[in-house]
Order: sequence, then structure tokens, then C-alpha cells
Amino acid sequence: MKTITVNIVTPDGPVYDSDVSMVIAVTASGEMGVLPGHIPTVAPLGIGAVRLKKDNSTELVAVSGGFLEIRPEKVTILAQSAERATDIDVARARESAKRAESLLQAKKDEVDFKRAELALKRAMNRINVYEGNI
Amino acid sequence: MASLRDIKNRITSTKKTSQITRAMQMVSASKLNRAEMNAKAFVPYMAKIQDVVASIAAGSNDASHPMMITRPVKKTAYLVITSDRGLVGGYNSNILRTVSNKIRERHASKDEFVILCIGRKGRDFFAKQGMTILDSAIALPDHPSFADIKEVTRKAVGMFSEGAYDEVYMYYNHFVSAIQQEVTETKVLPLTDIKPTGATSTYEFDPSAGAILEVLLPQYAESLIFGAVLDGKASEHAASMTAMKSATDNASELIDGLTLSYNRARQAAITQEITEIVGGAAALE
Repeated sequence: MKTITVNIVTPDGPVYDSDVSMVIAVTASGEMGVLPGHIPTVAPLGIGAVRLKKDNSTELVAVSGGFLEIRPEKVTILAQSAERATDIDVARARESAKRAESLLQAKKDEVDFKRAELALKRAMNRINVYEGNI
Repeated sequence: MASLRDIKNRITSTKKTSQITRAMQMVSASKLNRAEMNAKAFVPYMAKIQDVVASIAAGSNDASHPMMITRPVKKTAYLVITSDRGLVGGYNSNILRTVSNKIRERHASKDEFVILCIGRKGRDFFAKQGMTILDSAIALPDHPSFADIKEVTRKAVGMFSEGAYDEVYMYYNHFVSAIQQEVTETKVLPLTDIKPTGATSTYEFDPSAGAILEVLLPQYAESLIFGAVLDGKASEHAASMTAMKSATDNASELIDGLTLSYNRARQAAITQEITEIVGGAAALE
């Protein structure tokens, strides 16, 4: 089976580097599946899980804020933060989800609201990836 | 001449000081190691993002972005990266002197520029001079992660987009080697000269080049700042290490001198005692 190399890099260092058979990522315009031999593409990423299919297993990586660079034999994901399911601090994610929720309910000004919403999204994404229910 | 006990006290206290400075030197050395590793881990990210930005900027002429356009400059922002604490030799004073000189050269009044600070030393310095400090981040950890400085970079880039200032210069100590750090000035915004690092390829853009620049450029500018912070931290630990090393060296030199005069004083006292005993015995006969 043909494979494609996936690199996930963050400012704090590389997170993932391996050959997989398919990459599925959530981009700004929807879900996008990438197979080996894809045309060179750049797309911005949303907050979501990147699914990396390898033989029969699927690995999940929670990413937020970044973009995806595709070349026929290589996919590079540049994200501001990225964590593999095993590296996620789920207690912290739950806590920040709670904090964001209470901020949302308090409904203060516009900017805070937006930021809390994004924080909640990131936290939920981490929790989902950790629990593996995507 | 100081008494024996005075000299002894000074020797003891100098020894204690040198123990502390030696410990601080070793702490800085290990921190420097980590800081260098962090800076290295950041390199692939920066190289990649630069590649993509360059290839987009080179590939399409229609893709322009407010962050890439040079506006008439009414206000300049200076982003100054210093340390939070002293005991780092000339690390802070070098930067602050350079920035003050540049400001004096370029600006006639205090309304023409604003200051953004990373590090307590810089903030205190510019606050004392009565300059406008728009934002500051202090008490960063020794090994900052991107999340730690996201807030300040986001603000710095955001305020440029909102038009609070028209260009951003960044000052930090570039890490050359453990004994050499160089004050470096970088123009962060607007992004005018983005050079590709390797072979660029042409890409399809989903949904469009403009939309990607929208996401990419702020991230790129923030990464530039983060890279400088990492570089600055490595320099800070290196400067602190060198400063503490020379402090330790000076202390041992001082101890040597003091020990010499202590021995001299001791010998003088013994000689005097003997003379007195001999004199006393002679008087009895």
C-alpha cells in the first residue's frame, strides 16, 4: 500500500513524524482527506482532530490554529498547538472547558465572548480526541 | 591594618558569595542547554512557515494583505525583549542603550512611538523615561512555550492591523555563542521582505490565496516574535552564565589576596608576641 509522510510541527517542536496511508483534517472549508499523490495544496486548519490512518489503526491528534501543506509525497501540518491523544492533559482540558463555559454564561463584552468560545472549542476538541470519539 | 578577625570575616563572606555565584553559574549553564534545545526545536516550524509564505507571496500577484503593505509611518512600535532580573552582565543595558539611541535618532517627540515590552527590566526602564508602554509581558518562564507569549504576540500583531501603529521593530539579543550575544534589530511588520529558504513549489489554495494569507501572516509574524524570545532567552542564560563565572573568578582572586594579608597579619602578631615574651624575660633577669 502506498504511504504518505506526515509531519506535525508546532513552535514548541515536532509532534508527529511518520508514514501513513491517509490523512483526514478539518480545514476552514470542511473535512479534507489526503491520499498519497495529492496535488500540492495549502489550506488553513480549524480547531479539530487530525485523523491519521495507518493500516487498520487510526491515530488522533488534536490541533488548533494553523495550516496544512500538502505535497504529493508529504503532508506538513503547522499548528500553534498540537497534541497526540496520549499527550493530552485531560484534567486541564476539562478545567478550561468549565472555565470557558462559566465565562460564556456570564456574557460580558463581545471580545471576551469570542475568546471564551474559542477556548471552549479547543478544550472540547482535546477531550474528544482523548476519549477517541470523533 | 585590619585586625585578624576582620580579615577572617571578609574571607568567609567572600567565600560564601563565590559559592552562590558558582551555583548560579551552573544553573545558568544547564538552563542555557535547554534554551538552545528549545530554539532548535523551533527551527523546522519557522523554516516551513517561511517557505509557504514566500511561495504564496511569490506565486500570486493578486494575493496581497494589509500586513504586507507599507503604510505612511505616523507611529512606530518598538518591541523590546529584555530579562526579568539582573545579574546578567551587560545583557539588558546593551539592548536598552541601543533602543534609546535609535529612538533619539529617529523621533523628535514622544508621540511618534510606543513601546512594547517583554521582560521587567525593559518595562521599568521605559516607564521611568516616561515613554508610552502599550503592552508588556513580564515573569515569563525560563523556557517559554508558545502558549506563554501568545497573548502578547497576538496583541502586538493585532494592534498593527487595527492601525495603532504603522511599523514594528523588534530588539533582542541574538545568541551567537555562550560568550557572545549581539543586539539585533528586526523589522517585524509590515512584512516586506520574505525570502524563500529553499526551492519553492506552486500550490493550489483552498479556498483562496487571500484567505490563507489571512491565517498565515499573523501566525508568521507571531512566530518571528516567538523565535526572538527563544533566542533572547538563550542569550540571557548565556550572559548570566558568563557574568556569574567572572563573579566567581573575581571572588577567588579576592580570597587569595585576603588570605595573603591574613597570613601576614598572623605572622606579625606571632612575632610581636615572641618579642614581648623575650623582652619580658630579659627584664626579669
